[in-house]
Amino acid sequence: MHKYANPTEFMRIANAVLPWAAGVTVICFMVGLPLALIASPADYQQGEAYRIMYIHVPSAWMGLMVYSIMAGGSAGFLIWRHPIAHLVARASAPLGAIFTALCLVTGMLWGQPMWGTFWVWDARLTSMLMLFFLYLGYLALGEAFEDPERGDKAAAVLALVGTVNLPIIHFSVEWWNTLHQPSIFTMKGMTISADMIWPLFAMVFAFMGYYVCILVLRLRSEILNAKIRNARSARAAQPMSATTTAATQGAP
Amino acid sequence: MSGFGVILARDLKLALRQSGDSLTAIGFFAIATVLFPFGVGPESEILARISGGVLWVTALLASLLSLERVFATDFEDGTLDQLLLSGTPVSLIVLAKVVAHWATTGIPLIIAAPILAPTLHLPASGYGPLLAALALGTPTLSLIGAVGAALVLGARRGGVLLSLLVLPLYVPVLIFGTAAVEAGITDMAVRPPLLVLAGMFVLALTMAPFATAVALRQAAQ
Repeated sequence: MHKYANPTEFMRIANAVLPWAAGVTVICFMVGLPLALIASPADYQQGEAYRIMYIHVPSAWMGLMVYSIMAGGSAGFLIWRHPIAHLVARASAPLGAIFTALCLVTGMLWGQPMWGTFWVWDARLTSMLMLFFLYLGYLALGEAFEDPERGDKAAAVLALVGTVNLPIIHFSVEWWNTLHQPSIFTMKGMTISADMIWPLFAMVFAFMGYYVCILVLRLRSEILNAKIRNARSARAAQPMSATTTAATQGAP
Repeated sequence: MSGFGVILARDLKLALRQSGDSLTAIGFFAIATVLFPFGVGPESEILARISGGVLWVTALLASLLSLERVFATDFEDGTLDQLLLSGTPVSLIVLAKVVAHWATTGIPLIIAAPILAPTLHLPASGYGPLLAALALGTPTLSLIGAVGAALVLGARRGGVLLSLLVLPLYVPVLIFGTAAVEAGITDMAVRPPLLVLAGMFVLALTMAPFATAVALRQAAQ
């Protein structure tokens, strides 16, 4: 694992992954969207409105998955001071926040025709909203300090503390009686038609591929930024004496 | 163990000598609670219906009010560095600080709640569950709050940030605390929400001091 702590080595692999991830994203969207929006049958209860599920469910899963990745990266950063783990965590946070926001917004749009209201205060919705606030807290805490390293570490601790919310979200539809429908994946198998599950899987893979693409791009710019910062501070440290002596010589 | 006792005694003594924090918490609790009848109207059925939630929300915000000060004064004057160097386990220092915070804000809130409850027409069957829920819930609030207070040490706009960090983690306590009062009023089983509150307290007691200790060490670096 420490082999990949070298940013150059890590980026070599990440750059090799990028075209594949981009390919998976494009193909899955091209296959998934027509299947989801046109080819798959209408729901016997919800009619055509259920099709928002193909955006809602993948973004909910991504919101949870990205938080797990962020927490894992934060743990790697705090325990082993692994620099790439930290970069992955920090680059993931805004993406996860956007996926969670997308899940909340599509859920509200879906709730209006189905439940007759945009919002209900039930366990699933509330815990997802708390996840969104945790993302915001992570982002705000990381930016709140003069010393960036202090912000990074504080945010990493917060990410780990926030993991208590993940099982609550996951099991909220089973522990409480809520308006939100239960998961389609049960111990007895899937409670969804095969005509609907394949478009859903395609959309999930499309979202995952999209996440990987954007993550690699963000990591690339983060690492370049770090290199520029290092080069700048090295240059600022070196010819400092030269410029000051030049200035004093220039002065009459 | 002596380190724990010394820190606790010191913090309690400081709180007694300058009792501003406790009075602020109680004052906020009373003022905010008394404002609700003006906001929602004086009908006793409506007030009785929302009394449990109002008392819980205002108690939660009152406990949040003094949270920033748990470590901030020690951090600013360098006492925190000395404490960390003292050799006492950091999680034990944290625990002493949390106990002191709870004793100076949590206990006064528990005492004030039944005094304020009649202004909201809380039914008689709600008092027992309210007190039990506050007694189980406010220590959890102090424990979770300590993590946030340690994380924002030295941050810009620490107060606002603290509430953003801590409020999502407070929500489960609020939900079950209010559920216990609700169950008492409507003659439902009070035990389940109280047991969940007790579970959350134990979980916070075992995990929060360690997370706070990690955050404190980072802040002191």
